[in-house]
Amino acid sequence: MGLLSRKVTCNSHGQDSSYFLGWQEFEKNPYDEVKNPKGIIQMGLAENQLSFDLLESWLAKNPEAASFKRDGQSIFKELALFQDYHGLPAFKKALVDFMAEIRGNKVTFDANNIVLTAGATSANETLMFCLAEKGDAFLLPTPYYPGFDRDLKWRTGAEIVPIVCTSSNGFKITEPALEEAYHEAQRKNLRVKGVLVTNPSNPLGTTMTRNELHLLINFITDKEIHLISDEIYSGTVFSSPAFVSIMEVLKDMKMENTQEWERVHVVYSLSKDLGLPGFRVGAIYSNDPIVVAAATKMSSFGLVSSQTQSLLSAMLSDKKFTKEYLSKHQKRLRNRRNKLVSGLEKAGISCLDSNAGLFCWVDMRHLLSSNTFEAEMELWKRIVYDIKLNISPGSSCHCTEPGWFRVCFANMSEDALKLAMQRLKSFVGSIAINDLSHQELKKTGRKNRTNWVFRLSFQSFHDREQDER
Amino acid sequence: MVAISKIATGNGHGENSPYFDGWKAYETNPFHPTERPDGVIQMGLAENQLCFNLIKKWVLQHPEASLCSAEGVNKFKETALFQDYHGMPEFRQAVAKFMGKVRGDRVNFDPDRIVMSGGATGAHEMVAFCLADPGEAFLVPTPYYPGFDRDLRWRTGVELVPVVCESSNNFKITRNALETAYKKAKEANLRVKGLLITNPSNPLGTILDRETLKSIVKFINEKNIHLIGDEIYAATVFMEPEFVSISEIIDEVECNRDLIHIVYSLSKDMGFPGFRVGIVYSYNDAVVSCARKMSSFGLVSSQTQHLIASMLSDDDFIDNFIVESKEQLFKRHKYFTWSLSQVGIGSLKSNAGLFIWMDLRKLLKEKTLEAEMDLWRVIINEVKLNVSPGSSFHCNEPGWFRVCFANMDDHTMEVALLRIRTFIFRQNEAMVPRKLCTRSSLKLSFSRRRDDFMSPSIMSPHSPLPQSPLVRART
Repeated sequence: MGLLSRKVTCNSHGQDSSYFLGWQEFEKNPYDEVKNPKGIIQMGLAENQLSFDLLESWLAKNPEAASFKRDGQSIFKELALFQDYHGLPAFKKALVDFMAEIRGNKVTFDANNIVLTAGATSANETLMFCLAEKGDAFLLPTPYYPGFDRDLKWRTGAEIVPIVCTSSNGFKITEPALEEAYHEAQRKNLRVKGVLVTNPSNPLGTTMTRNELHLLINFITDKEIHLISDEIYSGTVFSSPAFVSIMEVLKDMKMENTQEWERVHVVYSLSKDLGLPGFRVGAIYSNDPIVVAAATKMSSFGLVSSQTQSLLSAMLSDKKFTKEYLSKHQKRLRNRRNKLVSGLEKAGISCLDSNAGLFCWVDMRHLLSSNTFEAEMELWKRIVYDIKLNISPGSSCHCTEPGWFRVCFANMSEDALKLAMQRLKSFVGSIAINDLSHQELKKTGRKNRTNWVFRLSFQSFHDREQDER
Repeated sequence: MVAISKIATGNGHGENSPYFDGWKAYETNPFHPTERPDGVIQMGLAENQLCFNLIKKWVLQHPEASLCSAEGVNKFKETALFQDYHGMPEFRQAVAKFMGKVRGDRVNFDPDRIVMSGGATGAHEMVAFCLADPGEAFLVPTPYYPGFDRDLRWRTGVELVPVVCESSNNFKITRNALETAYKKAKEANLRVKGLLITNPSNPLGTILDRETLKSIVKFINEKNIHLIGDEIYAATVFMEPEFVSISEIIDEVECNRDLIHIVYSLSKDMGFPGFRVGIVYSYNDAVVSCARKMSSFGLVSSQTQHLIASMLSDDDFIDNFIVESKEQLFKRHKYFTWSLSQVGIGSLKSNAGLFIWMDLRKLLKEKTLEAEMDLWRVIINEVKLNVSPGSSFHCNEPGWFRVCFANMDDHTMEVALLRIRTFIFRQNEAMVPRKLCTRSSLKLSFSRRRDDFMSPSIMSPHSPLPQSPLVRART
């Protein structure tokens, strides 16, 4: 007789995924420029570490926000007591204004429609509780963020059915893929409640095209289902095309007074754009007052600390700061991404053309011993244990094609990135080419990558000497 | 059109309870000493506001505890990035130490068993998710905190079965009551997974004595069910007898430790509900492991972890704070209960918490829930005090009300007492001509307190005092 719940004993928390195993390996042997230069470089964590200097300089200029003061008066007590799940009004206003600014002010958001949650992790789970019954399904385009398996399914009992996207068209969402996913759900006797997309995409690093967004809106209209757009990376778009939010498209299609308007919900967070994952600031934005009301009550289980709301309210209300931050930060992301891409190219590795995110979707299909996920795992283990880079295998993101990896670039110093690229280059250079000639890498449009088969010439990681810490 | 979920549209959030109606009345017309002197005084919110002066002083003296000050900003980046659900080691160590201090250092808490949650609200839901599947049940002694209906049941699908406690023995949790509840659950085909106790009790303000605790531990071991001890009010025990924690009892009696879990928070003991610091402390490794993963849904902001780690590890400050806080609570409780007794209002004898369990059974027209609701509406609308009716705590006996005393300053307390006295006086006047023989009316202790009685604050309802709501009474 089980004494604990089924949730404890099942695997739906998803932590046995290679996505998390790589992190564990990193933690055992983390790279440090001085103390552990041969350690594992973390490239599996989509963190934004590029612009803390901007945040710190704002803090230095705004001592009141820092010290629980407003107009010279201490507001410590007020904050310590503030547990209203409606959130600090000034913070919500600042947050929706920031969201609008990120979208070039082409859309505005009503502060009354936003619900604050403990990170996007909590926002996504809460939306599931609001929109789906146990056993209902949401359709998600693959590849997708591994954490969704836990966030959307674990405690809610909801199911995920993949919308299969492939490299043949740059992993874009197509109508046949949507329909196929819907039918797959029906074959499994699952009631589809909605579609969840991440835009800009994790792990692809691309923004959705207007065409895709139209497709989605038509699809949810036709099927009368919800659409959740996780826009957590919206502020990381560093090159064209500019970010187009689902809200903008709905507005362009003049759908403000339709039923679909109330079935589109946006998830946001400050973990990626501002690089503050520790502060646990997430949000749900919905045009459906019932969803807003229910989600607001549910947010009791994971409110944002009032101390944090107060600090960020001051920061985000400083429009001069937010404008400067977004512009400088996006430039830095672009530079960093370019460094990664050119480093990969020198190693003969290409990646999906991207314009957003904190990572690249890297094509290592030509390095696989066979076109299988076993080969992908084999390659991944070598990269983690031998080259000592923690990157995320595509299979952990539910990619249907073996050989793709997500490689993060914004969570380390430039020197560490350089070192990582050197290690990768040596690794690739040591591979013996088996009777096949190299095709020159194209700079753009990687649609017709041919799968090359190489025999890996070095010993397996069991035979090699382990580097001492 | 595809609907949203039943959870979202149903009433499982529990906000239709009168517990929350009173808050709404307060929110539309909140008391303010100068701007709204006739507003509703909030006595339905169990907050601890008595020692903020000490906290404020500490915060000013320790700028490094804030990540944003010049002294603390060197920690900003690493803290802002820290989202590890294990929580900061310094935070866990400081919380473990604090929990030990609050229990007189009679127990040691292991920092590695400390799991964060979104307040105690998040902690309770998380524990329910870990220990029970949908349709299974927890036993909860009545009266209990209304939020449990939402926290333990709403999204988890878990059921609550009351362990009915009676005023006849001061709401003691008897073995008999536990067995009855267990049997009832069985008859309803509910599999009981655990027992949840709040100690010190909300709403009673009492602590469980050693014998009761031992009997409870024996019970759960025999039935092989979990025991969840919500000890959120542990540091509010302001008077003898001394608080005894579950963590102490399991050292004294035979117990399967895998069944023992403590829920804690800084919302009451420190007065920090806004910072959302909830803790699950379990003696069961599998539960710690699972809860930790689940804590992703409600981690404590690292900015707050940093502040709390700093504050709680200041031994001198904390030792003094704990003593001072108890002293202030003791004084406020004493004054409040004495003042009420002067107008014949009694309450359950209590030594903890931020509230009293007030006995207004004698004021009920009849011993029914409706009569309690009628009286409650009078108290809200006419006396203009938000107090919480016992029925919202699932009390089986009408006439009890929870009244909070630690969430206001001295002046507001005086206004509240004046209103109560005036109200009682009116009630007496209304009752005296008719019911002298058949009902014991409220006695005003004339003999000893004659001076007080004649003082301006307890004059006739027609007092010209401008603050009295009865000056503009409609009845």
